[in-house]
Amino acid sequence: MTPYAPVAIFAAVAVAAALAFSLLPGLLAQRKPNPEKEKAYECGVEPTSAIAGRFPVKFYLIAMLFVILDVEAASFYPWAVQMHALRMFGLIEMGAFIVVLGIGYAYVWKKRGFEWR
Amino acid sequence: MTPQSSIWWMVLIKCAVLLLVVITTFAYAMLAERKVMGWMQLRPGPNRVGPWGLLQPAVDAVKLILKEDLTPKTADPLIYRLAPFISLVTAFAVYAVIPFSEPGPGNVWAVGDVNAGILLILAMTSIGVYGISLGGWASGSKYPLLGSVRSTAQLVSYELAMGMSLVGVLILAGTTSLVGIVNSQAKLWFFIPQIVGFIIYVITAVAETNRAPFDLVEADAELVGGFNTEYSGLRFGLFFIAEYINMLTVSCIATLLFLGGWNAVVGLTIVPGIVWFLLKVAFFMFAYIWLRSSFPRIRYDRLMAFGWKVLLPVATLNLIITAAYVAVRG
Repeated sequence: MTPYAPVAIFAAVAVAAALAFSLLPGLLAQRKPNPEKEKAYECGVEPTSAIAGRFPVKFYLIAMLFVILDVEAASFYPWAVQMHALRMFGLIEMGAFIVVLGIGYAYVWKKRGFEWR
Repeated sequence: MTPQSSIWWMVLIKCAVLLLVVITTFAYAMLAERKVMGWMQLRPGPNRVGPWGLLQPAVDAVKLILKEDLTPKTADPLIYRLAPFISLVTAFAVYAVIPFSEPGPGNVWAVGDVNAGILLILAMTSIGVYGISLGGWASGSKYPLLGSVRSTAQLVSYELAMGMSLVGVLILAGTTSLVGIVNSQAKLWFFIPQIVGFIIYVITAVAETNRAPFDLVEADAELVGGFNTEYSGLRFGLFFIAEYINMLTVSCIATLLFLGGWNAVVGLTIVPGIVWFLLKVAFFMFAYIWLRSSFPRIRYDRLMAFGWKVLLPVATLNLIITAAYVAVRG
């Protein structure tokens, strides 16, 4: 077996256990349906506005910043592991990368992209 | 791989036992939290069910299983049921690669000793965010939606700083294998040279697991219960289990990456490695409870500003300094 085969087996066991937990309430939980219970929570008053779907655009901004910077962060990992072999070359190489990244970061900071308004 | 651990049904038994251990640990971690918080607040904590309340987790489980499982009419039924499942599977799956003690001849103290362990853990914990964001969105209700977008924004912001804080360890260790990282700490635990990375990791770990003082996802004064407001019975319980198992996971990672894993304290090698590992994990779990009963919740705009403007640049700076040190000194 490859080293990853046990990981796959464990994942299968985890999925089976979680599936069992997800199906348990259907088998054992009591059920007394009632139209009032099936309403979405609204502090006891009637829901007044359309519920789900829209939320402030600033959350999208955070998501975009995350995608951009996280892809960059992922590229640090292979470099970091090889650092003992790369030495000065690796440092300069990654320094240039971080400078480019830093310019973008400074731009977002200046545009107040990190501020929660 | 050792011959013994390459028989598939042996691996299956190992997996099942490990999963049971993780679930039991979750149950008693929860009880320990209620007990310790009780003592910190000068009250006894649960003490009615069994001696010292030791049977409390079992009774709680029975209660959650028998409770009615409500689905709001406005919810998306499939995704609503899928979300806690995703949370739980990703929380469990991490334990496939965590080594609990020194690999000896003929046995590995892990289900799988893989060469990219830390990457697998980071990938799994990232997928866990889907459970929270889908759960809140699929509830078809105002407060869960707000709670889940908030929490998703918090998780992705702090995940970035967390990823960066671990790079310093990888530079020093030169491997992504968890066993390799622990072995390279035999002389010096990484929390000494990587003290900045360690502090950033601990802060982001608390935020990543949605625990106080970063538990904005369940800011009950403004968002009712956060993303899990509409969940009831065992489906709520699944999110709860996932949260505690994630706490255990980040404690394990902190132990492996910064506190020397199973390496003994001041040469006390007579105590087995697994005991040291568990003691260090227990220390982190206690710190979690301590934090929760000591600090008020942080404000949301400050939380985001802190993540993006402080933690991320400091983690990057730490990374550059570590790299420069390795480049110059080798």
